[in-house]
Amino acid sequence: MIDVEKLSKSFGDHLVLDGITEHINPGEKVVVIGPSGSGKSTFLRCLNLLETPTSGKITFEGTEITDPKVKIDEVRQQMGMVFQHFNLFPNMTIRKNITLAPVRTRRMSPAEADDAATDLLRRVGLVDKADAYPNQLSGGQKQRIAIVRALAMKPKVMLFDEPTSALDPEMVGEVLDVMKELALEGMTMVVVTHEMGFAREVGSRVLFMDGGHILEQNEPAEFFSNPRSDRLKAFLEKVL
Amino acid sequence: MDFWTRLYEGLPEIAARNVWQDAYGKFYLAWFQDDRWLTYFQGLGTTLQVTVIALCIGVVLGVLVAVIRTAHDQRRPGTWNPVLGIVDFICKIYVTIIRGTPMMVQLMIMGFVIFKSSRNFTMVGALALGINSGAYVSEIIRGGLMSLDPGQSEAGRSLGLTYFDTMRFIVIPQAFKAILPSLGNEFIVLLKDTSLISVIAGKEIIYFARAIITRTYEPMFPYLITAAMYLIMVLVFSWLQGKLERRLRESDRR
Repeated sequence: MIDVEKLSKSFGDHLVLDGITEHINPGEKVVVIGPSGSGKSTFLRCLNLLETPTSGKITFEGTEITDPKVKIDEVRQQMGMVFQHFNLFPNMTIRKNITLAPVRTRRMSPAEADDAATDLLRRVGLVDKADAYPNQLSGGQKQRIAIVRALAMKPKVMLFDEPTSALDPEMVGEVLDVMKELALEGMTMVVVTHEMGFAREVGSRVLFMDGGHILEQNEPAEFFSNPRSDRLKAFLEKVL
Repeated sequence: MDFWTRLYEGLPEIAARNVWQDAYGKFYLAWFQDDRWLTYFQGLGTTLQVTVIALCIGVVLGVLVAVIRTAHDQRRPGTWNPVLGIVDFICKIYVTIIRGTPMMVQLMIMGFVIFKSSRNFTMVGALALGINSGAYVSEIIRGGLMSLDPGQSEAGRSLGLTYFDTMRFIVIPQAFKAILPSLGNEFIVLLKDTSLISVIAGKEIIYFARAIITRTYEPMFPYLITAAMYLIMVLVFSWLQGKLERRLRESDRR
């Protein structure tokens, strides 16, 4: 579904991603972990071209999206993204946050988008907040809305950039529950996170990144019980 | 004869007047004599007209320049659009020249050099003020656009919205709220700067005040009246601005 070939990205002289080659299959739940500064967020942001790769090739569903001629907006409509800091639009109600993109991209009529928003809000138990503004919600509620907002576009893949890192500990669970539910429905997911429990329970594959490389990857049980590289062993000792 | 004229006629000789009688005598000359107060309002009309025209020119130019310059600064790294590059360069020159030269000099160049054959001083003045205001407005807007959390436009773009939809629905409404105080400030400056068009014979308030002074040789009241009229206009404008700000703060309630 997503093909990454020799992807490199540098900010000035600083090489953040160093020739990453990776393949993500439909239905996979890929969890990316690693120390901060390892390039995992940059890797994720390159997948929908929020960061422009310095070199390398990314192909999504057969379209080479790193080609400057590609209509990137149309590609992004099929890739949902959830941010660490939610990035809800504070000038709009929750309902407008959700319906804006489907309506503007002509995927749905305003009435359809409204119904879809209500359905999605009901799923995450926030239907009573439809006419509230983002500032009136808690962090966990905001992040659930952000997930729903991305889902309203009916994306083929969901990218999560540390979705629980900015949350109070007691709100982490409610967001992870929504993500687990989404995983069970068969959504293709790429998740950058520090939640090892989530990686173990939901991930179908775990990648360990450090210094701009994918150092090691495995299915979760093996990954956590039987780390091969010393770097990963040291990292897991610290976080577990 | 009305009350004010009778009061004036009843005053003693100039040399024999006390402070209050003297002040009233001068005020009468500046305001009531020959219905002079009408000419202040004629000037006020011109001032408002020039302000509105200059405001429109300034906002249109300002938005245009700000959008071009931010689009150029925030373009995808590695892409180079020659048209955008040239237009951006022109915008930079425009802002540099306007901000680097005095308003009064710009007015004189417009009035006496570029449009020297035009007799429509008011319109020339409005044009010069609008062009001047546009440069400042563009910098204010650009500041607002750049101060916004980049996550906002990233969120918009990640949903598949176009650059212009993201600007229109997400960035500009939020930036507008943030820049309203400085924008209001700029509009007040513009309103007061309209008094400068008298140097190219624009017929606004100060033009008529001077005309009255050349007849009465009494400068105090015509100038005070002019100041009071500007003050009242600015107060009304500030009040309107405050109302708008309160309305835009609606989404901040918790």
